[in-house]
Amino acid sequence: MKNNQSYEEFIKGVWRDNPVFAQVLGMCPMLAVTNSAVNAVAMGMATFFVLVGSSFLVSSFRNWIPKQVRISCFIIIIATFVTIADYTLLALVPKVHKELGAFIPLIVANCLILGRQEAFASRYPTRLAVMDAVGMATGFLLALFSLGAVREILGDGALFGVKLFGANFEPWVIMILPPGGFLTLGVILLFFNWFKFKKDEFLEDVAEAERSGH
Amino acid sequence: MDNLPWIFISALLVNNFVLTYFLGLCPFLGVSNSLETSARLGLATTFVMLVTAVCAWVLNTYVLIHAPYLRLICFIVVIASTVQFIEMLIKKLSPALFRAMGIFLPLITTNCAILGLAIFATNRGYGFWEGIVYALGAGIGFTLALVLLAGLREEAELSSIPKLIQGTAMNLIIAGILSMAFMGFAGLFSST
Repeated sequence: MKNNQSYEEFIKGVWRDNPVFAQVLGMCPMLAVTNSAVNAVAMGMATFFVLVGSSFLVSSFRNWIPKQVRISCFIIIIATFVTIADYTLLALVPKVHKELGAFIPLIVANCLILGRQEAFASRYPTRLAVMDAVGMATGFLLALFSLGAVREILGDGALFGVKLFGANFEPWVIMILPPGGFLTLGVILLFFNWFKFKKDEFLEDVAEAERSGH
Repeated sequence: MDNLPWIFISALLVNNFVLTYFLGLCPFLGVSNSLETSARLGLATTFVMLVTAVCAWVLNTYVLIHAPYLRLICFIVVIASTVQFIEMLIKKLSPALFRAMGIFLPLITTNCAILGLAIFATNRGYGFWEGIVYALGAGIGFTLALVLLAGLREEAELSSIPKLIQGTAMNLIIAGILSMAFMGFAGLFSST
């Protein structure tokens, strides 16, 4: 049963309550760094590390953190992990670090992370909190990757820097420029709306059929 | 001193914080449903940006030379306490203004545009006056983007839009078009 609950928390973040597509959280890094798949994945990994690390710590200390100053405590914990992630990326992949630039320190201000600490990690035991963080971070990583991949394929004709279409492809440059981020995410959300719309319609039809059947 | 006007225009239009750097999107999408609140929020943010720029300069010049790895933690703590301090100050000095700003004041802490401003100003090595002008430009640019989107959304409320596209999807597409329009400023001057 315990396993089931952990699994539930995990899958919730990946799909049903996906932080980007369902809750529209963490938009700033989402749009700013997704002009190529590599950047998107690097950002996703950094966020993954920070979210899981701080959820673990916050949840372990949840009985010692005074309620009045909890937000400041969360922020300091998050900022510590972000600093670690920042210096690690600088040491391992300096090129990606340079492209992401100021957006790695800005993970601190990602409302997704603070939101999870406040809504989940500070209230539940460590195991569940970590599962929740892993789920949310995976959902975020998937969202970043799908946006980054779409934008890189359309705007550059490549994926992870590998050309896909040959020499005749005319890149749709606007997609890797700022407006492309807004437009792509808008269209993806539109797709999600449509999906939800259809599902609701289907459920209504089923309910209708059941009522008339009895 | 010559480049002050350029820093201002660059932060205001060419490198608009919201539409080009994607900073401060949460309030941009969250509270831009009426012109009045978005203008107020914009002004409050501009004010916090100014104070943050001064604090960041002081920290960079006197404290963080000795411990650069503490930069992020210092900035975030300073911003959070500044916002809290301003909140108390305004509450004491002018209760009417405090009521008018409401929940938006505390929420400014989690606006990444503020932290972004401090980090960008540090990375570019701006001095005292440059930092202030940069903060002013960025803040007014933020207000401008917010007010523009709010105006468009108020118009959209009155027209018949398919149910499917209403909500965040539509706001994002409007923002995309706005951002495209702001790209027109890109050739305004060549020294970014």
